[in-house]
Amino acid sequence: MNMTVQPISNQVVLHVEDLTVSFDGFKAVDKLNLYIDRNELRVIIGPNGAGKTTLLDLICGRTRATDGLIRFKGRELTKMPEHQIVRAGVGRKFQTPSIYENLTVFENLEISYPGGRSVFGALTFTRTRAVTDRVQQIAEQILLADRLQECAEFLSHGQKQRLEIGMLLMQEPELLMLDEPVAGMSVPERRQTAELLRQICKGRSVIVIEHDMEFVRSIAHKVTVMHQGKVLAEGPMDQVQADPHVIEVYLGH
Amino acid sequence: MKAVGGFLRKHDLAGILVLAAILLVVLPLMLDLFRLNLVGKYLTYAFVAVGLVLCWGYGGVLSLGQGVFFGLGGYCMAMFLKLEASDPASTKIQSTPGIPDFMDWNQLTALPWFWQPFHSFTFTLLAMLLIPGLLAFVIGIAMFKRRVGGVYFAIITQVIAAILTILIIGQQGYTGGVNGMTDLKTLHGWDIRSDSARYLLYFLCCALLIGGVFLARYVLGSKLGKLLLAMRDKEERVRFSGYDVAEFKVFVFTLAAMFSAVGGALFTLQVGFMSPSFVGIVPSIEMVIFTAVGGRASILGAIYGSLLVNWAKTFFSESFPQLWLLFMGGLFIAVVMFFPNGLAGVLEQHRVRIGEWWRKCAGRLRPTPAVPLQRENHS
Repeated sequence: MNMTVQPISNQVVLHVEDLTVSFDGFKAVDKLNLYIDRNELRVIIGPNGAGKTTLLDLICGRTRATDGLIRFKGRELTKMPEHQIVRAGVGRKFQTPSIYENLTVFENLEISYPGGRSVFGALTFTRTRAVTDRVQQIAEQILLADRLQECAEFLSHGQKQRLEIGMLLMQEPELLMLDEPVAGMSVPERRQTAELLRQICKGRSVIVIEHDMEFVRSIAHKVTVMHQGKVLAEGPMDQVQADPHVIEVYLGH
Repeated sequence: MKAVGGFLRKHDLAGILVLAAILLVVLPLMLDLFRLNLVGKYLTYAFVAVGLVLCWGYGGVLSLGQGVFFGLGGYCMAMFLKLEASDPASTKIQSTPGIPDFMDWNQLTALPWFWQPFHSFTFTLLAMLLIPGLLAFVIGIAMFKRRVGGVYFAIITQVIAAILTILIIGQQGYTGGVNGMTDLKTLHGWDIRSDSARYLLYFLCCALLIGGVFLARYVLGSKLGKLLLAMRDKEERVRFSGYDVAEFKVFVFTLAAMFSAVGGALFTLQVGFMSPSFVGIVPSIEMVIFTAVGGRASILGAIYGSLLVNWAKTFFSESFPQLWLLFMGGLFIAVVMFFPNGLAGVLEQHRVRIGEWWRKCAGRLRPTPAVPLQRENHS
């Protein structure tokens, strides 16, 4: 069993080393090591309670680590406030679609544009050509270009999920973390989303948490299996699927 | 629910014109000076209500302590006026002439240091804005950076309102105590109790309020306004879009405090005194009720709410003084339960039907319905 895969040094964009978080003595993530390469699409799988979502929470600063370090492009993230982690280039999508229902699709995307992020900046922010062009471009990518003026609450579940991905793309993150992006989607919607993920991982690294094995197979470069806060196995899909430990704790017989 | 943003932009300018016409033309023609002065007093609460629309209606930050800032603004103005009213000539019967009467009654023999700068009107104006602004800023930093929000924040603002009231009442040598600062007479020699002054102050109050409406409208129309709505809806998402949420809450809370302070200063000028009864918990909650009744997401709604509830307060407490508080409580519960967006929300819901009714009325008045009239109703 290979607990840690040594990275090819100059390629690695995210180092997670000995990361531990303990909630009243329960270690949700336990001395975890993880290395993500530039332009890699990594999928994390594992049974419920394995610590997958907690790991993403730790990286984006939503939960604070008890021990260990997270280095992103040479910057230590464990002590940074959330908004600065975002500004450093880390984007996070939540499990349930987290969009602004009382704003239009356009406004949802516009708010995510990286500009005018201070109080004064927001007061004086003007909708320039650069902003509208970028909104238009992203809207086309997430297949919502014809619904820009609609209020976001009227979108379907799948469209809301895509809108949130679009909002993250507006931020131009170098590391994008998606928590179960196809949960609750229909089969055609899954196919659309898989295509979208393949497009967006060009030029950035992506971490995806997913349960749907078929979907995982269709997108993953490399798969990490988590169990009880630790990495159980890591490698290409076929290798991981054949691993007896993985079959025992997660995939089943 | 595109209504919130869209409705504001389309109907706002017409709405502001209607408000200006009511305040500047209709009411002065309809009411005698006594009643007009009362309306002026109600309008000072409208400043607080507009602030609450920004801070509570949009920002989702419920402050039950706006009376603190209203009071601080009012007291700053009162200190200046009191000093002018306490010149040595008119206070020569005191044991220490030249200091405010309540200080003399409390055996003070010299003007306290922090009263000295209030001889200057410029300083007073700055202090009236900056002292409440600074207090709100400090409270905001202390609370929002620690992510205290919702009910906990509301309770803390109540506590601050209670503390300030106790402080003012307890330090009566410096503040005038429970009676407040009374017998305010002139501003740079101009008698603020004369009829002409009351008219002028009423129009000044209206003009500043309309200016405030434009300012609030600018803030809400900017990206910051959208961010406030977004924060109310999904605070976490805003944070993970790279914004420091606390910074925005501090800003909007401070701005709301400054709105309240201007209201308080105008209150002192128009009513002629300031006392702790406008600072504490009850007046602070009343201010939230004005906003809720008018519509917490509507600037103009909140102004009408302040006028209406205060008019009702005067009317009912003239006729049934004991029942007023009960009635006010009932009103608040009813509004929260049945009309969460207040009068403005009800109006918005029935806009189409009101439009039809209006057209029918207009049609009955003129055989060929006037086109501009219809369009006016829509724009």
